[in-house]
Amino acid sequence: MSRAPQTMFEKVWNQHQVTAETADTPAVLYIDLHLIHEVTSPQAFSVLRERGLPVRRLDRTLGTMDHSTPTRTEQVFGGAPITVDSAARQVRELETNCAAFGVELFGLRSAQRGVVHIIGPDLGITQPGKTVVCGDSHTSTHGAVGALAFGIGTTEVGHVLATQCLLQRKPRTFAINVSGQLRPGVTAKDLILGIIGKIGVSGGTGHVIEYRGETIQSLDMDGRLTVCNMSIEAGARAGMIAPDETTYAYLSGRPRAPQGTDWDRALERWRALPSDPGAVFDKSVDIDGSALEPMITYGTHPGMVVPITGAIPVKQGDAAFAKSLAYMGFEAGAPIKDQMVNVVFVGSCTNGRLSDLRSAASILRGHKIAKGVQMLVVPGSQQVKKQAEAEGLDKVFIEAGAEWRESGCSMCLGMNGDLVGKGQYSVSTSNRNFEGRQGVGARTLLASPLTAAACAVRGRITDPRELMNG
Amino acid sequence: MEPIKTLRSRTVVLPATNIDTDQIIPARFLTTTTRDGLGKNLFSEWRYEASGTPRGEFALNRPEAQGCQILVAGRNFGCGSSREHAPWALLDYGIRAVISTEIADIFRNNSLKNGLLPVVVDENTSRWLIEHPGADVTIDLESTTLTLPGGERVQFPLEAFSRYCLMNGIDELGFLLGKMDEIKAYESRVEP
Repeated sequence: MSRAPQTMFEKVWNQHQVTAETADTPAVLYIDLHLIHEVTSPQAFSVLRERGLPVRRLDRTLGTMDHSTPTRTEQVFGGAPITVDSAARQVRELETNCAAFGVELFGLRSAQRGVVHIIGPDLGITQPGKTVVCGDSHTSTHGAVGALAFGIGTTEVGHVLATQCLLQRKPRTFAINVSGQLRPGVTAKDLILGIIGKIGVSGGTGHVIEYRGETIQSLDMDGRLTVCNMSIEAGARAGMIAPDETTYAYLSGRPRAPQGTDWDRALERWRALPSDPGAVFDKSVDIDGSALEPMITYGTHPGMVVPITGAIPVKQGDAAFAKSLAYMGFEAGAPIKDQMVNVVFVGSCTNGRLSDLRSAASILRGHKIAKGVQMLVVPGSQQVKKQAEAEGLDKVFIEAGAEWRESGCSMCLGMNGDLVGKGQYSVSTSNRNFEGRQGVGARTLLASPLTAAACAVRGRITDPRELMNG
Repeated sequence: MEPIKTLRSRTVVLPATNIDTDQIIPARFLTTTTRDGLGKNLFSEWRYEASGTPRGEFALNRPEAQGCQILVAGRNFGCGSSREHAPWALLDYGIRAVISTEIADIFRNNSLKNGLLPVVVDENTSRWLIEHPGADVTIDLESTTLTLPGGERVQFPLEAFSRYCLMNGIDELGFLLGKMDEIKAYESRVEP
């Protein structure tokens, strides 16, 4: 074979070009899977109505509700209404739209409902080599199985509903090579926070990242999903990880993964996906995974991150930095450890999977959370909730004094009633520490589930290794 | 979408870097099901006191900023979420263009599809604009240039197809629907 070596991204891109890009027009890119939710779809359905268009491929479209849904059991399953009126309207509108257009929807009380980026991989509908889009920037999560997955706006949601295609210019490629073994207490979350700290919050702009190297290969699927999830926090269009035996073992037997001879054929295709030896990336960076410590953010974007043993940096004459520290109520040069904690949130599309809950529970078992700390544990999906309960994790959380909720985006973003108060410090396993993200005036510190649980126990920023057994 | 060929306006400046979409339009305003009316909540936390009173010192609230259609912002404007509510809020408020040294990908895409011009300029031009709020500038799509008050013209990148759609008020859905034969041919090729 004489063709030039290709990256995995190029292979997936080329396989999905309906028409190639020219100087005058972008490529028409075919979309294999379109996930929709209540926040970014209503205006897209309105466009279909205005133009009298159907949803073109119902078999490639799946709806869930997660962003504006409540997480209190009595609100989801009891008679208690959704307290935010506009959120209730939005949920009803998604139900109406999906019913009218025939789109499959996991409704509020469905056992299959969950955060859109948790349920895709969980169902096995997110697969290697697929193009996956959703009106949500954390769609990059699905790249962990070797899919090309990226977030789109509502206009583009309309394009995909109507045509199953998008107009796209080909992004550039970015290899992030990670070597070395992660130390005990250092998780996939710490790794991606470390990467963002190194390349910056716009380091990936215009690029699709491929995470490569032994450290990435040694991550389990949940860890890989966490890494790819935060690609957008580095500004990247998407993040991808080559499928391997870990991926196939994960997907095998999932409800919407191929079965029988279809599985064998799929496996053959998937094995050809990884980047060819000698494939050229537009840029690359090397990361030493063995040098990482548990990481935690101290500022108002995910690139403002330090090892938990470190101190808040000192940057003279940087107005944006000073403003950020003022918002956080932190002093430059102070250690991050032992800073106050009011709220702890374990959940989200970043860290709401079963292994994340196990990880938090491993710290909490036999402990109580500190007096005055509120801790929310929110499973990423109803399936994750059921699995966690089957293992008794819910009891660990409840006995420790945490609240165990129904699935949803919850405290990751302040639009569903789960809020952090003004001026409060929240250690959160989510993905964004922007000003006001978790509520007006809320101060967010992003960390792993291990670190979050350790902070809950002590009521102070705590190195999880101090509470780890063995 | 209204065709847009040139835009002349005074600028309003927000020098902060990494202005994310949660600042442009906080999540609690996303429970809407239409595109309208988001302008009043644009930059809500920066623009208003908790009581709802406008903060006098915030750039958009100053008398000289009224009617400005061009926003100059620090590097990496529009980072964060894919919410198209961000360009909808800016447009509803009356902003028609954003100038920065770097504009986040999804925000840029969303802006182009709504007639909000993303103008990426070099460091020097950006610094000059940040230091001169209220500058009277012209953005021209035919030549893809930004003209500064002294007459100096700065080229900015704009993808050819987006430029064509903006200048002619064409929405991309019409173009995609015109590709239906090719889309069907693709499907019959990959889904035998």
